[in-house]
Amino acid sequence: MQVLVLAAVLGAMVWLVGNVQSNLERQNINSGFGFLSERAGFGINQTLIAYTEDDSFGRVVVVGLLNTLLVSGLGIFFATLLGFSLGVARLSRNWLISKIAMVYIEIFRNVPLLLQIMFWYFGVLRNLPSPRQALSVGDAMFMSNRGIVLPWLEAGAGAMWYGVALLGLAAGFFWLRRRTLKAKLTTGHSTRFWRPLLVLALALFGAAALMAGVPFALDVPQLKGFNFRGGLTVIPEFVALLLALSLYTAAFIAEIVRAGINSVNKGQREAAAALGLPERVALRLVVLPQALRVIIPPLTSQYLNLTKNSSLAVAIAYPDIVSVLAGTTLSQVGQALEIIFVTMMIYLSLSLLTSWAMNRYNQRMAFVGNNT
Amino acid sequence: MTDPVIRISDMNKWFGTFHVLRDINLQVAAGEKIVICGPSGSGKSTLIRCLNRLEQHQEGIIEVEGVSLDGSSKNLESIRSNVGMVFQQFNLFPHMSVLENCTLAPIWVKQKTKQEAEALARQFLERVRIPDQADKYPGQLSGGQQQRVAIARALCMNPDIMLFDEPTSALDPEMIKEVLDVMVELAEDGMTMLCVTHEMGFARQVADRVIFMDEGEIVEENEPEAFFSNPQNERTKMFLSQVLSH
Ligand SMILES: Nc1ncnc2c1ncn2[C@@H]1O[C@H](COP(=O)(O)OP(=O)(O)O)[C@@H](O)[C@H]1O
Ligand SMILES: [Mg+2]
Repeated sequence: MQVLVLAAVLGAMVWLVGNVQSNLERQNINSGFGFLSERAGFGINQTLIAYTEDDSFGRVVVVGLLNTLLVSGLGIFFATLLGFSLGVARLSRNWLISKIAMVYIEIFRNVPLLLQIMFWYFGVLRNLPSPRQALSVGDAMFMSNRGIVLPWLEAGAGAMWYGVALLGLAAGFFWLRRRTLKAKLTTGHSTRFWRPLLVLALALFGAAALMAGVPFALDVPQLKGFNFRGGLTVIPEFVALLLALSLYTAAFIAEIVRAGINSVNKGQREAAAALGLPERVALRLVVLPQALRVIIPPLTSQYLNLTKNSSLAVAIAYPDIVSVLAGTTLSQVGQALEIIFVTMMIYLSLSLLTSWAMNRYNQRMAFVGNNT
Repeated sequence: MTDPVIRISDMNKWFGTFHVLRDINLQVAAGEKIVICGPSGSGKSTLIRCLNRLEQHQEGIIEVEGVSLDGSSKNLESIRSNVGMVFQQFNLFPHMSVLENCTLAPIWVKQKTKQEAEALARQFLERVRIPDQADKYPGQLSGGQQQRVAIARALCMNPDIMLFDEPTSALDPEMIKEVLDVMVELAEDGMTMLCVTHEMGFARQVADRVIFMDEGEIVEENEPEAFFSNPQNERTKMFLSQVLSH
């Protein structure tokens, strides 16, 4: 379904752009996407791929898109984690826990997101002391008004082997998890999980060390003059945007999770309890699978909202796709129509892709039959 | 008489300020079949739900097989795995197949292997006469079939005692008999049963004792013949005349 919509929209846009373009050409107005290969000439303060002023506008698009994906992806991750915890806490039988969750939810979902972004940025992160008086955590991590500087591993030649080891460990994790579950079902007892995983990790990284030595150098940031050198600098715009998006969306997700769990018939928990299932097993195997059916559709729209809301980055000049493309690039090359179209297309594709993935997941959760 | 498997003495329960169970005293011997009846809202469900602590009583003592229900979670665990319960609304897990419904607790509570649990489940599904529905989902079954699955699911834990809370009240009339037949068979096999029901035919056929409750009290109890033919209490008489008149 989404694929069809995407194709239709793409088609319509191509037609529209072509149409407008020929009109403009007739009037001798500069148009088209030629600018994408021209020299951009401006710097960007957070780039996940190599980028200099001499790179093209085309590369600017990729840099901006990656920045949008980074803040949205991490935002979705943290908002989901926090939102599920808050949703469960809201239903806690402990009065205090439940009230704390309630107060959080009411505050964060009722203050406009733009204000929250500005609060974190201008109110908190920009108000931190200058680098010379930076707050430090163990003299390795520093927080100042220029951002957060973390120690970082500088990777040299042979680091690839460690990457391979990490992939191997991930594969081992999933294999072990399946093995444990299978063992539970065939022998009735759980087998060890963490210990073999640890052994595997040691073996894999030991092998990597044998192959490549230790091609890493710990790069601890140090104050040089007015700013820090070395380490990894996380810009304050990113931190503020990520915080605001995660905390804001978590409040909505918490309400969705609460409603989802509440929608599961009370009799389901009672039946599980009467069978002697421990509460945690009942939550995981009986309640949550049913709640997820109700949770996933509105959760999807929260994910879409978060991604779209990340365009508020413009307000604090975080270099997301809107800032760099519909902002800086637009003001430099002036081809508003093309640029806005490209930006819209990017969001549309991201949204349709997300919906498609979540729908696939939801179909797997659907019940057979129509009774409750 | 051997020690009773269930012993309730001077038990009281409130919902907030509402006194829902008053001075309940009841002993049930192993293998005994008790039918509990009474008007709606009289506390029948609450009483049997106290026996596996789906509801908590505030005063008095409840002991099941010598283990006291006093809030200790270890006691509760042992009691719940020995007491099966069947609900009016079936409460099957809709996202699991019939077989998975039946094997869930044996696997996670009794640490059985999947193979053992499935063998056991098929055996009990056979006993409730739906061996061929094992791979279907609850939503694909009729009400009567669902309730029989619920009975099989409880039996898979090998309980010593079975509690039934109006097991046939949510069923269409033509399905009541198939569920009652299964329950009668279970009774004949010697299961200790406490059954809230208004199926008076069932009560006459299998009950050792019938208990009548009203407004949170046990008003009258007797053997079924005497209970139906010669009720002592005015409230019992009125209730019976209403139930038996249709
Ligand atoms: N969780 C509860 N909270 C408050 N009141 C309840 C609750 N459950 C039942 N009651 C009340 O307790 C009384 C007895 O209910 P119940 O045991 O379900 O009666 P019965 O099964 O005999 O119809 C009813 O008046 C009912 O409204
Ligand atoms: Mg009831």
